[in-house]
Amino acid sequence: MSTAKNININLKIWRQKNAKEKGGIVDYKLDNVSTASSFLEMLDQLNEQLINSKQEPVAFDHDCREGICGMCSLYINGRAHGPETGTTTCQLHMRKFKDGDTIYIEPFRSKAFPVVKDLVVDRSSFDRIQQAGGFVSVNTSGNTIDANSIPVPKDDADKSFMAAACIGCGACVASCKNGSAMLFVGAKVSQYALLPQGKVEAATRVQNMVRQMDEEGFGNCTNTGACEVECPKGISLENIARMNREFLKASL
Amino acid sequence: MAKSALLKSSIAKKYWMALTGLFLCLFLAGHLAGNLQLLVPNNALNFNQYALFMTTNPAVKILSYLTYISILFHAIDGFLLTYQNAKARPIGYAKTNPSANSSFSSRNMAVLGTIVLIFIVTHMVNFWAKMHYDKNMPLAQKETLAQTGKKQIQLVGIKDSQMPFFQLDESGKLSKEFFENIKTQTQGQYDLEIQDVTKIVNKKDGEVIFQGYKDLYKLTIDFFRDAKYGLIFTIGYVLAMFALGFHLWHGFSSAFQSLGLNGPKYTPAIKFFGKAFSVVVPLLFAIIPLYIHFTK
Amino acid sequence: MKLDSKIPEGPLNKKWTDYKDHLKLVAPNNRPKLDIIVVGTGLAGASAAASLGEMGYNVKAFCFQDSPRRAHSIAAQGGINAAKNYQNDGDSIYRLFYDTIKGGDYRAREANVHRLAEVSGNIIDQCVAQGVPFAREYGGMLDNRSFGGVQVQRTFYAAGQTGQQLLLGAYSSLSRQIGLGRVKMFNRHEMLDLVKIDGKARGIIARNLITGEIERHSAHAVVIASGGYGNVYFLSTNAMGSNVSAGWKVHKRGAAFSNPCYVQIHPTCIPVHGTNQSKLTLMSESLRNSGRIWVPKKKEDAEAIRAGKLKPTQIAEEDRDYYLERRYPAFGNLVPRDVASRAAKERCDEGYGIEANDTNEGVYLDFSSEIKSKGKEVAYAHGNHNPSEEEIIKLGKEWIEEKYGNLFEMYEKITDENPYETPMKIYPAVHYTMGGVWVDYNLQSSIPGCFVAGEANFSDHGANRLGASALMQGLADGYFVLPYTVSNYLADEIRTGKISTDAPEFAEAEKNVKDSIDKFLNNNGTKSVDYFHKRLGLVMWNKVGMARNEKGLKEAIEEIGQIRDEFYKDVFVPGSAEELNPELEKALRVADFLELGQLMAMDALQRNESCGGHFREEYQDAEGETLRDDENFSFVSAWEYKGQDTTKAELHKEDLKYEFIKIAARNYK
Repeated sequence: MSTAKNININLKIWRQKNAKEKGGIVDYKLDNVSTASSFLEMLDQLNEQLINSKQEPVAFDHDCREGICGMCSLYINGRAHGPETGTTTCQLHMRKFKDGDTIYIEPFRSKAFPVVKDLVVDRSSFDRIQQAGGFVSVNTSGNTIDANSIPVPKDDADKSFMAAACIGCGACVASCKNGSAMLFVGAKVSQYALLPQGKVEAATRVQNMVRQMDEEGFGNCTNTGACEVECPKGISLENIARMNREFLKASL
Repeated sequence: MAKSALLKSSIAKKYWMALTGLFLCLFLAGHLAGNLQLLVPNNALNFNQYALFMTTNPAVKILSYLTYISILFHAIDGFLLTYQNAKARPIGYAKTNPSANSSFSSRNMAVLGTIVLIFIVTHMVNFWAKMHYDKNMPLAQKETLAQTGKKQIQLVGIKDSQMPFFQLDESGKLSKEFFENIKTQTQGQYDLEIQDVTKIVNKKDGEVIFQGYKDLYKLTIDFFRDAKYGLIFTIGYVLAMFALGFHLWHGFSSAFQSLGLNGPKYTPAIKFFGKAFSVVVPLLFAIIPLYIHFTK
Repeated sequence: MKLDSKIPEGPLNKKWTDYKDHLKLVAPNNRPKLDIIVVGTGLAGASAAASLGEMGYNVKAFCFQDSPRRAHSIAAQGGINAAKNYQNDGDSIYRLFYDTIKGGDYRAREANVHRLAEVSGNIIDQCVAQGVPFAREYGGMLDNRSFGGVQVQRTFYAAGQTGQQLLLGAYSSLSRQIGLGRVKMFNRHEMLDLVKIDGKARGIIARNLITGEIERHSAHAVVIASGGYGNVYFLSTNAMGSNVSAGWKVHKRGAAFSNPCYVQIHPTCIPVHGTNQSKLTLMSESLRNSGRIWVPKKKEDAEAIRAGKLKPTQIAEEDRDYYLERRYPAFGNLVPRDVASRAAKERCDEGYGIEANDTNEGVYLDFSSEIKSKGKEVAYAHGNHNPSEEEIIKLGKEWIEEKYGNLFEMYEKITDENPYETPMKIYPAVHYTMGGVWVDYNLQSSIPGCFVAGEANFSDHGANRLGASALMQGLADGYFVLPYTVSNYLADEIRTGKISTDAPEFAEAEKNVKDSIDKFLNNNGTKSVDYFHKRLGLVMWNKVGMARNEKGLKEAIEEIGQIRDEFYKDVFVPGSAEELNPELEKALRVADFLELGQLMAMDALQRNESCGGHFREEYQDAEGETLRDDENFSFVSAWEYKGQDTTKAELHKEDLKYEFIKIAARNYK
């Protein structure tokens, strides 16, 4: 960390008062950004500068700042969560940028993710997809069978976990040229389809979740694979294929 | 639910794209096999026989209708997808960097597909329509040496034709004068005319005395060797094959993904085969006009 | 204020079963007539909302995030404890109970902790049934790992993302109920006050964070599950939005606040990099299974490392001080968190710290020994009985990668250093708060109808929480305790009928909220909210942090009061009330932290002993270990709110009775 230095950068940030008003890109200059700070700490610094000059700070979503809650978003220089793969914006560090760089910061764009303010978008469409079928219908009594009475092959458990590692950030939608949410939905469908507990409801689950996904106005998947590349958690395209299979099975 | 989902849902659209696309890949392979006969020297007869078979065989007919439907469905579905996908992001990004996460072809399937579609339409106008509907479609001829050592021109008859050959004069044309001459020479016994482009019929008794091949071979050769436009046609064809290649580069393996076939065991093989297919097939297609044009 | 813990009579292992059997029930046809508000959707909140919704109650759930799935439970890495004894290493409900009581330094209620241990197994069953993909062995059975402070393997895990998987499990159950219309979800809503009518909790005032609208919501019972208050330190491993406001509002409305000074400082976090730092990142405790913690034996080596003249890998084995192994041979690197944290602070205070930041605070967590030993094991397992040094290291690194790959990657992203090649730098950071709103055995606060669950209450961890127990408590409260105890309370409410939000109590609470918002927006000060929050954090860290003393605590009480006064005079909050206004949200939260911080210092000052996370320098033995005073301090402190000047708060005591466990000095040697 002794290699940290300070850089000066130019920012081009999407500002939009609220969902109804039109927005636009506004230019900012920010000096003395430590390369050891995270991208969001850089935005904190900008906001401190704006507040000190009595201007309105830039609104952006963030919470855990350790890459797991999925709250942070941002389309940075043309890429969801910025230039580094396998990284959320909160874990992106300024050492990835150079002195004098111009950085575009835009909200995640999708019809199903309307802008709330500045860089904040509404991703509740993901919640509604989950509500349509992303669960196992089991009551929370605790009086289920012993956890070890259903052996699950390690390979299936691992694959299910890797699908379940999705943080629901929406980078897949944001980077898909079609604004498709199939990686998100595919991951959810896969998590359950791979486990014996989830198999019982597999058919209705995939149908309901896909129906809700379509109703939300997401685009159609054309297998460009951009989602897989930009997914901060490395969710595999195999999950979309699995959803396609599950949907076919359910529909026939 | 299930039925309408198979038509309307986003995933169903993927299935249809994939199924029609893969069927069209099969068609491409078959079409290529036929076309490659054009590269074999002195193969006009075989080629024209093949062309006749392809336009008349009932099984082929069914396949060809399937092909037309596939092309239509593939194109309509594609346009629909493109339209809906454009609506899914009403406000675009100011700055994009698409090459960081996806291939050129995967992002441009609609454009590439449109180019291929335009190509298919022109291709059908130039060849398929002429083969099927052109009243002036030339018939296959053959030059032989008569016993006198003189060159003579014959129409080549199909297998079922009463006369295996039909002798022409040195003009090599089935002109009105030619039929007049025959009529005069045979004292009106043979009053011939052409019916259904390929049949020579005696008007007196309605007997088909000869049936020839439509000379698709000549049509093709002439097309690409046309003094004025041959080069342009050739270049156009080659460019279209580039578009097709890029379209297949993404489309082939994408179809398997859409149908749910993606796994560590077979996906690498599918991808490899898809890439090979998307290079080899358009390349071989493109070699044909190049060969024809540059070997005149 | 009378504190009745309502702990049932009878033998310890029968208490909960007997009690549960005699609780009042609400018939299914009456449940839809009863409204319940749940604030917070972490493990405790989501599981409570899902369970109560499933039972048929009319549930409204609130979270400030844009989705219930983002609550900070999601960040828990290591695992969840359960007394399943799948590993056949002698585990039992009693042992989990005993370890938790001992880990909490004998400052938790026996009955609560035993109940927690009893239901721990059900949690795992429930989660597996929900489709939570726990790690498994090749035979398809669930895998376990060990955690600090215990000598059995009882921790269930899903890579380094156990909290995420459990929360998503609870979220899926919650989503199911939302889909069925039994739970109404209010995302991006923040509770800003509790409404009390005739002494009972009857609703909340919440702000819609998007529109700024102040809303009234009524209910027959209110469940607060809003997490801990670690962000009072500004820098902590908590999420940026984590706050104490819901709990604090309840406290202000009359609920006692317990043990605020019990704060867990987690030993393995990434050290501070600079003044712009916004939060600290945890490196899972599970790393202590494989990593060895050390600092140089010689001060000059530590200085050379800080100056960048020496690399850790250049320090010879005999010049390294593996101070945990030296001081605690029995538990070694796996001592409880408070012990490990203090030991790190002790070394750094002595000048052996290795991090080149303002305070030199940092120690090494070194995996090179584990890489070698595991590499050798793997080589042998593959039939190679004569592996070369390079082969061993290569295989060892692969083993480490499989086990901790995501954590190592995260470390490298943040620090730009490769932990496979050079030891990690770590230092303790604020992580969890054992204190919280006082609750009885029913998890009901001193306000009838106001229940508090999860980290927001004080109940189960005493003065220190063991690793992998927070997830256990959150889900136990939400799935297996509240459904019974809330029903018991509501059984008397079936005749109440719908509660009107037109009551004057709602109007009064709403007016208070609006006034405080207006005050901030029209304050026209000169400094940002963060400016004050950072100042508060610094005072808290230096004087109410890992080690406290009377002088420092008295100064802290004074200084926090000053910061609070300045805050109200000089804070600048831009924007308006009728829009998404993150600065306003922060201001409202920091206002509560500025009161709580002072109370924490007061609580630490009155507790003239050292126990668990509370370490008073005056009370330690010759070796620097904590000195508890069971005679005078075996009680739960419960503070009653007496106005914004927290120094006026009144202390009540709930005596802790140990009937089943023999109190002993906590010994990990």
